[in-house]
Amino acid sequence: MSMDFASGKELYELCREKGLSISEVMLGREMELGSVSEQSVRERLARSLQIMEASVHEPLGQPRRSLSGLIGGEAWKVYNAGLADPVSEPNVSGSGAKPWTDEAWRSGRVAGGRGIASLCGEALTRAIAYSMAVLEVNAAMGLIVAAPTAGSSGVLPGAVLSLSEIHGWSEAKQMNGLLNAGAIGYLLMRNATVAGAEAGCQAEVGAASAMTASAIVELMDGTPEMCFQAASLAISNLLGMVCDPIAGLVEVPCQSRNAIGVANAFTCAQLALSGITHPVPFDEMVDAMYRVGRSLPWELRESARGGNAGTPTGCKLAAGGCAASCAGGCAAGSGAGQPADIR
Amino acid sequence: MNYISVFDVIGPNMIGPSSSHTAGAVNIALLAYQLFSKPIAKADFTLYESFAQTGRGHGTDKALLGGIQGFGTDDVRIRDSYALADAAGIEYHFTWDDRTKTAHPNTVDIRLESPDGQVQTIRGESVGGGKIRIVQINDIDVVFTGIYSTLIVKHADRPGVVAHVTNVLSRHGVNIAFMRLYRDYKGGTGYLIVESDENIPDYFLEEIRENELVHELMLIQI
Repeated sequence: MSMDFASGKELYELCREKGLSISEVMLGREMELGSVSEQSVRERLARSLQIMEASVHEPLGQPRRSLSGLIGGEAWKVYNAGLADPVSEPNVSGSGAKPWTDEAWRSGRVAGGRGIASLCGEALTRAIAYSMAVLEVNAAMGLIVAAPTAGSSGVLPGAVLSLSEIHGWSEAKQMNGLLNAGAIGYLLMRNATVAGAEAGCQAEVGAASAMTASAIVELMDGTPEMCFQAASLAISNLLGMVCDPIAGLVEVPCQSRNAIGVANAFTCAQLALSGITHPVPFDEMVDAMYRVGRSLPWELRESARGGNAGTPTGCKLAAGGCAASCAGGCAAGSGAGQPADIR
Repeated sequence: MNYISVFDVIGPNMIGPSSSHTAGAVNIALLAYQLFSKPIAKADFTLYESFAQTGRGHGTDKALLGGIQGFGTDDVRIRDSYALADAAGIEYHFTWDDRTKTAHPNTVDIRLESPDGQVQTIRGESVGGGKIRIVQINDIDVVFTGIYSTLIVKHADRPGVVAHVTNVLSRHGVNIAFMRLYRDYKGGTGYLIVESDENIPDYFLEEIRENELVHELMLIQI
């Protein structure tokens, strides 16, 4: 029997009939449809994890400003707040930054840091810092893995890698997390969309959050059914979230939305692992997300004209602070002008 | 390639910040580079609509200039593509045209010129998630995506070219997935585009070239 599936229901049936996890079915599907060996899939996943590792850690030791200057250094701040011996803030070129070490973090945990880390606890604080780090790397033209998009690329690695460090999970287990998330993401891509321009941020960070919630459940030994519950809850919680990037750039509010995507994934995974269910099945939630997305006005789908981008301050930032970077999607912005030649 | 892979979801591996405005731009320029397959002395880029409006903040210019130097979406050299183009002696020019309306909002025209004056222009569209399509070659409307191995035959619009090409492909056991014909006007210049799931070995391009109606061949391998 084929390992391919076109809906959550079909994926669940495959898991049930074969006694497999979601990640095992997704691995089988990949090998079957791509005519490739397990080893070749795992080699590519290892490369994905390698890039993810670098992108969650680098900005903690060496913060970098984005092209526009809107963001840079946020991950370091979140991370440093959990350290026992916080160092003075590095400049954006990285000098003065304390290099990232696991020991530094653990000493902070023992000593309670400045007390801020205890607000969200170690796992979530770390996951938030990591997710924001990836968006920082992304905005500074660094190397990332879109998951499912560049704008939502922090959620999955933020959760999987922070939890791996805390629980000591193997690389093979981390790969299962990516495969599980890939299965949920594939269904969202196939049966809805993951493009902010089509269906808002709920389709990007919302999708990433659903993928991640499901992955966490499997990594924490939950059942496939619990994975779908977590994904449904995650979609439901972020339903309607708009895509409103200031100056049209993947920076604000995208970076902090990745933090909320992680927090939502943690919360929904915890609910599902506790046996809490969402009455609406996953496939119907995917459809609901798509319908909500299509009914969002154009201003709230990546056009940089509504929400954060459409505020007077958002417009001012588009027209002023990063004038070289953007032509000002705002009505009030003055960036749009004559075709200009540079260089 | 006609299914959504786990690496379409967890991927592409890319230089940020935008799959459409950065990775997609790299992919268009990389295809232009592969199609040209000659040394590049001069590159002109015209960016339209959303590419023109938000391209600078997304590094679309660096992405395009990296692509025509053969860099892929995950190549960190993209950040330094200006300096590397200077070092390679490539002359480049960007036109940010946010007035002209195009069929797709993320559109770019790329004109490449070799040291001996040969010119190729292509128009590409970045359609989301790093996926792209080429919609014009040398001002003739075409459509292909670069997802498949692609053979492009520039030829005189006269009888026999398609039969000749398919005959060669069939002799070498290449299964054609898609095939389309385009031309500027009757009896003018035509483009035959053949896409295949498999590798198209380049050693039989010579056989295709034997037909005098064939002007030029371009091959993109997956």
